[in-house]
Amino acid sequence: MRLEKRAERSNAMAIASPFIAFALTIVTAAIIFALRGNNPFAALYVYFIEPLTAMWSIEQTLVKASPLILIGAGLSVAYRANVWNIGAEGQLTAGAILAGSVPVFFPQWQSPLAFLAMIILGVLGGMLWASIPATLRNRFNANEILTSLMLVYVVQLLLDYLVRGPWRDPQGFNFPKTVSFSGWQTLPYLTSGIHVGVVITVLIALALGLVMSHTLKGFEIAVTGQSPRAARFAGFSEKSTVMFCFLLAGGLAGLAGAFEISSVVGQLQPQISPGYGFAAIIVAFLGRLNPIGVIFAGLLLALSYIGGEAVQTALQIPDKITRVIQGILLFYILACDTLISYRIVTSSPVLQKA
Amino acid sequence: MKAKADYLLEALNIVKVFGTLRANDDVTLKVRPGEIHAFLGENGAGKSTLVKMIYGALQPTSGEFRWMGEKVVVPNPAAARKLGIGMVFQHFSLFEALTVAENIALAMPGPFDLGVLSEKIARVSKDYGLPLEPTATVADLSVGERQRIEIVRCLLQEPKLLIMDEPTAVLTPQEADQLFKVLARLAGEGCAVIYISHRLEEVKRLCHSATILRHGKVVAHVDPTKETAASLAKLMVGGDIHVVHTPRKVTDGKTRLKLDGLNLAADGPFAVELKNISLDVKAGEVVAIAGVAGNGQGELFDAISGERHTKAAMLVMDGKPAGNEGVSVRRRLGGAFVPEERLGHGAVPGFRLSDNIVLTRHASDTDVVRSGLLQKNGAANVSERVIKDYDVRKGKPNPEARALSGGNLQKFVVGRELDRKPGILVVNQPTWGVDAGAAATIRQALVDLSRKGSAVLVISQDLDEIFEIADRIAVISRGQLSEAFPASQMTAEKIGLLMAGEHEVHHAA
Repeated sequence: MRLEKRAERSNAMAIASPFIAFALTIVTAAIIFALRGNNPFAALYVYFIEPLTAMWSIEQTLVKASPLILIGAGLSVAYRANVWNIGAEGQLTAGAILAGSVPVFFPQWQSPLAFLAMIILGVLGGMLWASIPATLRNRFNANEILTSLMLVYVVQLLLDYLVRGPWRDPQGFNFPKTVSFSGWQTLPYLTSGIHVGVVITVLIALALGLVMSHTLKGFEIAVTGQSPRAARFAGFSEKSTVMFCFLLAGGLAGLAGAFEISSVVGQLQPQISPGYGFAAIIVAFLGRLNPIGVIFAGLLLALSYIGGEAVQTALQIPDKITRVIQGILLFYILACDTLISYRIVTSSPVLQKA
Repeated sequence: MKAKADYLLEALNIVKVFGTLRANDDVTLKVRPGEIHAFLGENGAGKSTLVKMIYGALQPTSGEFRWMGEKVVVPNPAAARKLGIGMVFQHFSLFEALTVAENIALAMPGPFDLGVLSEKIARVSKDYGLPLEPTATVADLSVGERQRIEIVRCLLQEPKLLIMDEPTAVLTPQEADQLFKVLARLAGEGCAVIYISHRLEEVKRLCHSATILRHGKVVAHVDPTKETAASLAKLMVGGDIHVVHTPRKVTDGKTRLKLDGLNLAADGPFAVELKNISLDVKAGEVVAIAGVAGNGQGELFDAISGERHTKAAMLVMDGKPAGNEGVSVRRRLGGAFVPEERLGHGAVPGFRLSDNIVLTRHASDTDVVRSGLLQKNGAANVSERVIKDYDVRKGKPNPEARALSGGNLQKFVVGRELDRKPGILVVNQPTWGVDAGAAATIRQALVDLSRKGSAVLVISQDLDEIFEIADRIAVISRGQLSEAFPASQMTAEKIGLLMAGEHEVHHAA
């Protein structure tokens, strides 16, 4: 069996592919639930439908979608340029550390400027961490998939050290955490559940969508990804595109980190993200590497987190099911996308003679 | 099996439809054993589609093929090879870092013994006058030698039918002569050859019969030896071919493009180093650089277009040193460039034509990009104009670049630059793989541009083309460029000697 390139790709199938992938994921999830002895229909209802029936869980979904969309939008741009930043989780952590330094060192600084400083430091932290794999690729041709991924663990250990050591809350009963953030060092809330980060996220994703479709920069990124030789001929520098993509995705991941610690988490602690940086990779592909598609994909992935928690409480299924379902979803998307461009051919050809 | 059939291959009423385009429309033809059969036609006439169906890479929409009198369905190229059909593609599929024998072994079905295979290669290649050293690394071989590998690869499978897609496009005149001897010998042994070429003279000389295609239909079966090149061309195009008109050039204009002792290091083990290249191209003239493929033409193009940088003074455009400037700056200085490779270098395959306009005009045209914003209407207008002016034929409005046939895409990428009326135009292989009618249009446009005061530099392997349009001719070999001589003082023999390196400067080791 081998794959053979199709002469033409179908645009209809390119749009349908995420829906087909989602449907296949549902079927697979149902089989997994059934194998565990749960009623698959009841489990699917609890996982995918019930969270959408209550205002509280809808708000939760939006809040969880925010970092996914923010990071996913940045990654979708990078992946279009064939820049494989896998380390958004680390860039998120780096952003959170730098943003968290404001309340850690200046807990009394209560002004909108403090909030602004946290946001800016968050973005800078993500950019700083992302600039390392970008530089390594540009200077030494090091594979950014490996370097960006390995740097995730480096910065996570740094965070671990900080919250257990120098940055630990003196009044925190020796728990590994910093002081709790408050006042202008947290995100303003629009409703009881939704913070301004959600709105900023959507605006950024829409803006990136416009950048990709209507500006020379977006054109440059698309050319670099599809045809590096043609990009050079067009006068675009591959190195600066690599750096741009890493700084963009890293900055947005850092911003997501700053939002998380100043809202949902409210402090620095060893674990500040349930793997948003990795789940955002799925979001980027599910959203067709289009920042606007990423908005919808982010909502779906957020639902998978909420649903995972729901089946844990309601049906005692371990919440690791969330990772399983996200993994299956990515697998099906990539498989569907491959089959849009290629078809499967069986290897032992039979010569037909009439 | 029936008694011996008259024909080796019969194609009966073959139809192939892509979307709304009928690439092959009721094509019927017959090939006898031992016959060299030419397929002639303009780009997009359906030759490649037909050949791909014979080789099993595509399936006909309707109609049938017969092989030695029996109906046959060829589901894929492996099945075609099993039947005894071999094909030598225009673009070789060889691994440069492997040896000749290793490359051939990769294409062999089933297990093999490299030692035995090497002996076989040496024997077959010697036997056919296609000398090949099985242990040589492909990277060290000339294009002609690489083609021999592809041919020997086919011969080892003892084909009954050999398909050759524009085989002489990459060869020197001497190499082409050698190839013709091999093909004639194969035909003498009963192997049929399907021969695709745009060079009508060689078809006349070599082929026993010819099928002429136009817009997917067979317009004639002829005996090429009884035709003239002009009558063949007329059948292909369906009208008279335009003869390139080259008015006398205006007496020496000012130098617009100056290469001054240009050096460029090789950027890989298989690349060519450029050594001390000097050349002036003046307003009002066409200068051509002849040479066999792989002697530094690609590197020279990259250095002139700005894809690779040199010291500032090594390249001067209209008096401004620009050797260290990027592509965009050179375009703003009035430069326009057309690379050899259309897909993936001159155009992004997956982009629509209007987006491919943006590729080379974003820096110089405010109609296309203004303040960093894409002007989609502007680009679409330019695209429409190029398509109309240069007769680019396409299946649907604004298709992706990869959907165009090679010749039509070439018209588009050349037209895209000519449309800017550039002061300095540099073209690498302007009519490579382009049919006679379109080639004449492109050549005429190059000459016309120069006569309006632009400097035109053409890098080409096609001597006929060079003699047709050039005012002065230089020859490149192994990264060194000869002096540019007036075309009237040049002969094919003189160019051949220069191609062999007569002008090269050797330093004592």
